[in-house]
Amino acid sequence: MRVQRWTRTSKLFTGGTVVAAIVLAGVPLVFESDVVQKLTTLLILVLLAVMWNALAGYGGLLSVGQQAFIGIGAYGTVFFAAQGVSPYVAMLLATLLAGAISVPISLFALRLRAAQFAIGMWVIAEVISILVRLDQNLGAGTGISLIQLNQYEPNFRQAYTFWLALAFTMIFLAALFFLLRSPLGASLQAIRDDEDAARSLGVRVAARKRLLFVLAGFGCGAAGVLVVANTLFIEPSSVFSVQWSAYMIFMVLVGGLGTFEGPILGAILLFAIQTTFTQGGPWYLVGLGATAALFALALPRGLWGTVEERLGLRLLPVGYRVVEAKRDHTAA
Amino acid sequence: MSVANAILQGIFLGAFYAVLACGLSIMFGVMRIINLAHGDVAVLGAYIVYVIVERTGVSAFLAFAVALPVMVLLGYVLQLTVLERSLKSGILTPLLATFGLSIVIQNLLQLAFSPDVRSLGGSAGSVTTASWQVTSGLSVSALGLLVLVVAVLLFAALQLFLSRTRAGWIMRATAEDADAAELVGIDSRSVYAGATAMAVAIAALGGLFLGIRSVFDPVSGPTQLIFAFEAVVIGGMGSLWGTLLGGIALGVAQTVGAQIHPQFAVMAGHLLFLAVLIVRFGGGRLVLRTA
Repeated sequence: MRVQRWTRTSKLFTGGTVVAAIVLAGVPLVFESDVVQKLTTLLILVLLAVMWNALAGYGGLLSVGQQAFIGIGAYGTVFFAAQGVSPYVAMLLATLLAGAISVPISLFALRLRAAQFAIGMWVIAEVISILVRLDQNLGAGTGISLIQLNQYEPNFRQAYTFWLALAFTMIFLAALFFLLRSPLGASLQAIRDDEDAARSLGVRVAARKRLLFVLAGFGCGAAGVLVVANTLFIEPSSVFSVQWSAYMIFMVLVGGLGTFEGPILGAILLFAIQTTFTQGGPWYLVGLGATAALFALALPRGLWGTVEERLGLRLLPVGYRVVEAKRDHTAA
Repeated sequence: MSVANAILQGIFLGAFYAVLACGLSIMFGVMRIINLAHGDVAVLGAYIVYVIVERTGVSAFLAFAVALPVMVLLGYVLQLTVLERSLKSGILTPLLATFGLSIVIQNLLQLAFSPDVRSLGGSAGSVTTASWQVTSGLSVSALGLLVLVVAVLLFAALQLFLSRTRAGWIMRATAEDADAAELVGIDSRSVYAGATAMAVAIAALGGLFLGIRSVFDPVSGPTQLIFAFEAVVIGGMGSLWGTLLGGIALGVAQTVGAQIHPQFAVMAGHLLFLAVLIVRFGGGRLVLRTA
């Protein structure tokens, strides 16, 4: 018996992911700006799904309030840009702000369990939303535009936003990938599988959860930055909407809670559904909600988790597998 | 409006929140789960009452009596189809499943009733308009008083049910330890279904009061859920009378907050909720720990 991390499939696929990222980077050079804008939306969904999964899938922290960080990222960008810094610098500052704010929030939120944490985070998002609504400089309840981006020619602007989205998505995917492969990652996956057992073996559960929480704060903040860069206009009722949480839960549950590849698959599926049912509407949301509930009840590992379990397939190697050693070795 | 009057109105408002929170508290007490669709269930109840009123022209209270069996049945169905399955698999599953359900209910209501706001105020009779002026700055509305009386009676009835009746003892035993209760012949499935049916029926009562007090629309549910959950947490999770007091504390925080700034009302309630959470779960240990 020996322990194996890489397989031929996972080597191929990890290489393929890097190649895909390089190919994607060329998209704005080839396609029209509406395609670029759509793909930016897809990248935002991937980023959100991966971050929500980092929290719920690995940390066991089900948040219904990650829109707090999306809002901080989006409104932070508008705020910093209004102070006169370049809009792109404002975007980086806003991402850092979201990550920084997640630290004090984590100090208290991580003491809550299950429903308390879920709704506690939701209330925190509501509080931040109310604060924004009270601030005339941020457009209060009616919303505000990121006018500073208008100085760029639309095609260039769309390309820059896309590249930023690609960079953010790859950075956060890579961060989670290397985090899960590091010695820390083993403890995170142990928490995912059985928190009490992990604690009894000396895993510092609280510190590990904080790490995931702050990572998700940064990531969702980055997603918020991309939302405002992609749409140029935000209002509190949409950017702080609990609908974001609904999307994240759908993507992660359908894709595969606690798997690395699943949320990416879930994001692609949601994007495909959104592109097909462009008019949206209640039926589409009924479908999303019902599907999420069905997956939670009947297929808790999601599509990817089920495939992984049945076929032993692992495309991006974040775990280990035990394989039978080759016959001639055992004979010797 | 004086501070005294704000507090009085807050007590009336809080009694409404306590009714909304009651079912949430029962389900948490018995099954240790929070139904994230609880607010939407309350709004669904309001719509059912609304439909009965529209079709027959009866008063909202009579319509509620007609709707009650429907809601009880709905509670059983909810338990048997969604919650029972979710109870078996981890603490996150009930949250995920009921969150999905919440989105389904909101959008089905959207399809059936359009996004327009509705009210039951017109069909509740003179109770919505009557009020007594106690002193120049202090007034008691008939509706506020009615909700308060109903809330106190509701919690007292539940207390009697749990402490004096056989079904209540069975429910408490199951809440304490379902496996041990099974050993002495209690069917925990039916106890859980009964608890959910009660919770859904009481949620509908909350929906009735919501519709009479103000207006509702298909997406009113999440706000009601947040207020209900805040009431449960402020009063202490798992404590029935605590939920009544928690609701009243939340209501008072909101009306007193509104004295400072109209937009500060809901905020004050949120802050009270977060403060209670910090004191209860984070007290004195707000330092970066490594373990």
